[in-house]
Amino acid sequence: MVPGPMTVAALLTRLEIVPESVLVINGDTLVTHDARLADDAEVEIRPVISGGAT
Amino acid sequence: MKCRRCKAPAIIDLPRHNAAFCADCFTHQCREQVKRAIHEHHMIEPGESVLVAVSGGKDSLALWDLLHEIGIPADGLYLGLGIGDYSDESGEYTRAFARSHGLHLHEVDLRSQYGYDIPGAAEVTHRSPCGACGLSKRHLFNQVALDENYDVVATGHNLDDEAAVLFGNVLRWETAYLGRQFPVLPATPGFARKVKPLVRLTEREMAAYCVIRGIDYQVEECPMAAGNRHIAFKEVLNQLEQKSPGTKAAFTSGFWSRGHQAFAAEADDERATLLPCVECGAPTTTGDRCAFCSLRARASAAASEPNRPIEVPVTLRSET
Ligand code: SF4
Ligand SMILES: [Zn+2]
Ligand SMILES: [Zn+2]
Repeated sequence: MVPGPMTVAALLTRLEIVPESVLVINGDTLVTHDARLADDAEVEIRPVISGGAT
Repeated sequence: MKCRRCKAPAIIDLPRHNAAFCADCFTHQCREQVKRAIHEHHMIEPGESVLVAVSGGKDSLALWDLLHEIGIPADGLYLGLGIGDYSDESGEYTRAFARSHGLHLHEVDLRSQYGYDIPGAAEVTHRSPCGACGLSKRHLFNQVALDENYDVVATGHNLDDEAAVLFGNVLRWETAYLGRQFPVLPATPGFARKVKPLVRLTEREMAAYCVIRGIDYQVEECPMAAGNRHIAFKEVLNQLEQKSPGTKAAFTSGFWSRGHQAFAAEADDERATLLPCVECGAPTTTGDRCAFCSLRARASAAASEPNRPIEVPVTLRSET
């Protein structure tokens, strides 16, 4: 649950997450950093960094 | 934000391109980047047979899908590493993708075919599991390609992987590794050509590609990756990228065009003095047992000892 309407960028800043390291998925679609999230939006913040020496 | 190409509402922004894209134009952009990498580095010529190393993760499944989409037929190779539930699940994601796309998948299982697994190998070598894992992967991908007559082995290394490895190699001035780090390694006796068609695409872009294309991939990280230094390098590079978009791409592409050549001779020297492994025939520096056969001998001997406690790693890497 997102606290109050806010942009994706603001949400990531608040959570101290570097945007390059995650995808933000609202419902089942990806959203851009300027997208406004509704008060009750349920968003998935999916990490994209994989480990492993290859 | 609007799509740079068609002006429809965008779903992903790419600060390094100073652009945003809708779903269709983003997948188009990914295909173009792969075509460009393949063309620019002469990775795959028309009619060549390609073997893709697939792990069930986002990068390798996206790569397999992208090759298919741009008209390059490729078979897959999945390696069962024996890392608990993680490996069981990664195999399922890979098989499901192959099945739903009608693609041919080869499978090699370390435990049943070679008598060891990665957690066991890490235990006997007292080194990071990723070392034993990387060694096993490199050896077996190459082996299968040679045995099954593939011209090229393609792996899902992306821009972030390459930038992180380059960063690590530069920090320690690993000159021989720097000489070998390139998007394409030509075939030499005993080695199939190796290519990395995703070097122009970031990790985030590959995850987005999978989400958009409906590709079900293993989101969970390998439990053995915890504390891996490459993850720390990626985090540092992403912070730099945040301040100055395009940094990772400039770092890698600048190395390939202007830096790599300075170290290439060192890697060539190493390859020129190779002798066949007494057991499997793979090229080695000693002409004795190759690194893979030594690892396999030690790890499988330890695994067959009675009462060996089975250690399954349970710690998960903390998110982001
Ligand atoms: S994280 Fe390490 S052990 Fe796990 S799959 Fe990657 S290289 Fe292998
Ligand atoms: Zn568009
Ligand atoms: Zn050998």
